[in-house]
Amino acid sequence: MNFLRLFGVFFRVNVMGELAYRVNFFWQLFQSILSLGMSLAGIAVIFSYTDTLGGWRPDEVLVLVGVYLLVGGIIGLVIQPGMERLIESVRDGTLDFTLTKPEDTQLIVSIQRIEIWQFIDIVLGLAVLATALIRLGENVGGWQAAAFVLMLLAGAVIIYSFFLILATLSFWFVRVENILAIFQSMYEAGRWPISLYPGWLRYGLTFVIPVAFATTVPAEALTGRLNWGTLLGAAMLAVVLFTVSRAFWLVGLRHYSGTSA
Amino acid sequence: MKALAELYVQQFKTTLASMFQYRASLLIWMIGQVLEPLVYLIVWSIVSNNSGGSVGDYTTREFAAYFIVMMVVNQVTYTWIMYEFEYRIREGILSFALLKPIHPIHSDIADNVSSKLITLPIMILIAAGLAVAFHTSVSPTPWAVALFIPALLLAFLVRFLLEWTLAQAAFWTTRVSAINQTYFVVMLFLSGQFTPLTLLPHPIQVAAAILPFRWMIGFPVELLLGRLTLTEALTGLAAQAVWLIIGFVLVRIVWRAGLRIYSAVGA
Repeated sequence: MNFLRLFGVFFRVNVMGELAYRVNFFWQLFQSILSLGMSLAGIAVIFSYTDTLGGWRPDEVLVLVGVYLLVGGIIGLVIQPGMERLIESVRDGTLDFTLTKPEDTQLIVSIQRIEIWQFIDIVLGLAVLATALIRLGENVGGWQAAAFVLMLLAGAVIIYSFFLILATLSFWFVRVENILAIFQSMYEAGRWPISLYPGWLRYGLTFVIPVAFATTVPAEALTGRLNWGTLLGAAMLAVVLFTVSRAFWLVGLRHYSGTSA
Repeated sequence: MKALAELYVQQFKTTLASMFQYRASLLIWMIGQVLEPLVYLIVWSIVSNNSGGSVGDYTTREFAAYFIVMMVVNQVTYTWIMYEFEYRIREGILSFALLKPIHPIHSDIADNVSSKLITLPIMILIAAGLAVAFHTSVSPTPWAVALFIPALLLAFLVRFLLEWTLAQAAFWTTRVSAINQTYFVVMLFLSGQFTPLTLLPHPIQVAAAILPFRWMIGFPVELLLGRLTLTEALTGLAAQAVWLIIGFVLVRIVWRAGLRIYSAVGA
């Protein structure tokens, strides 16, 4: 409950901040629609030469595009901005102010910055997903929908924990924002089913930088490709990574208090 | 002229020093430069294998060669000036550059070229490794190689001038990231980064021939792969020359207009 109340407060603050720049909304809208249009055009070009791509039919790739936009929107909405701000505030020392607040510091740094225009990508992602589902017809059952929601949640938690671990490194190292930049270019690879890639790249995108869990796995759940092993594995990884990142964050925080004292 | 040469040498030293300082960011930047063409290489190889070993006029191996050469050409012509300029204006650093008696574009060109001199050998090694991994090679005709060098140089200059012009948008708006993203999305298609242009519908090919994007990236690649006739190659060089002139004019006009706004704010 506390989380929702705080999120509401930060959300209001960020909305007020952004409404001063209303022109940004139209730019962002234009840019998001153009990006989506181009990525759909790209898929159209590819499928004009082939029927399936690594076993994925056009409408199934469309599901992946929807998931890619949706998850990318969530990352850009709250996860990445918050973590970038955290790294900055560790460097210039403003984290001290956050530490004095009577709420959990991890909670505050995670939701302190909300890039509201990213809702455009989230809405577009949902629209693409809905279109893809309608075109896929009755092939989506209740179990698949449940697995999809669960995997989407697991993917978001995995990405969040991954970002938190990287950002926590800033308590020891000064320049970690570059590592966040690596995620951006890796995430691009998540536009396509991870199964297309050669082994080393597939493992890298699954276990080193967990892009696969954010995009391919939820899309697999919705298109009925997911086996129980992956489902359980992803759910367990989410729990483990969340716990580990929390523990690491607490260690980092102790280290930070030590240096500033 | 002598002052300019000294500036370039000095900038080379500075860039070299700062690049050894930021090895990690350099590595991360190169991962991105390699990964993107690699993804399209893999996707198109799969499509090609699905449809019996070729798509349009490209076989699977020719796709690999196309995207590997593309990787190198993109690396040579790449600029980061849009991000740099936004930062300079936001932080007011530009004011220091204005105190110098030489147009700031020179130190930007020198900085860009210097860092390329260091990263290019690494990129060529990666490209060679990928060529072996994907069982492909390029065997261009002598005249194609001879024309490739000026084509690559012109591609670099055209891209540099146009992106330097685009970077000036930061004079007028505080948030240029949306403009940059729009630019990159359009470039992805029309430059040939997503797929060889001959595989796209005809109207898009026409647009690509008129707009500058193909002349900044796709054209040198096609030239080296031996996909162009001599006439097409020479026409292409002429198109690059036209865009070079347009670029020069744009840089001059936009820089002057931008400076007026900047001094109005700073005064």
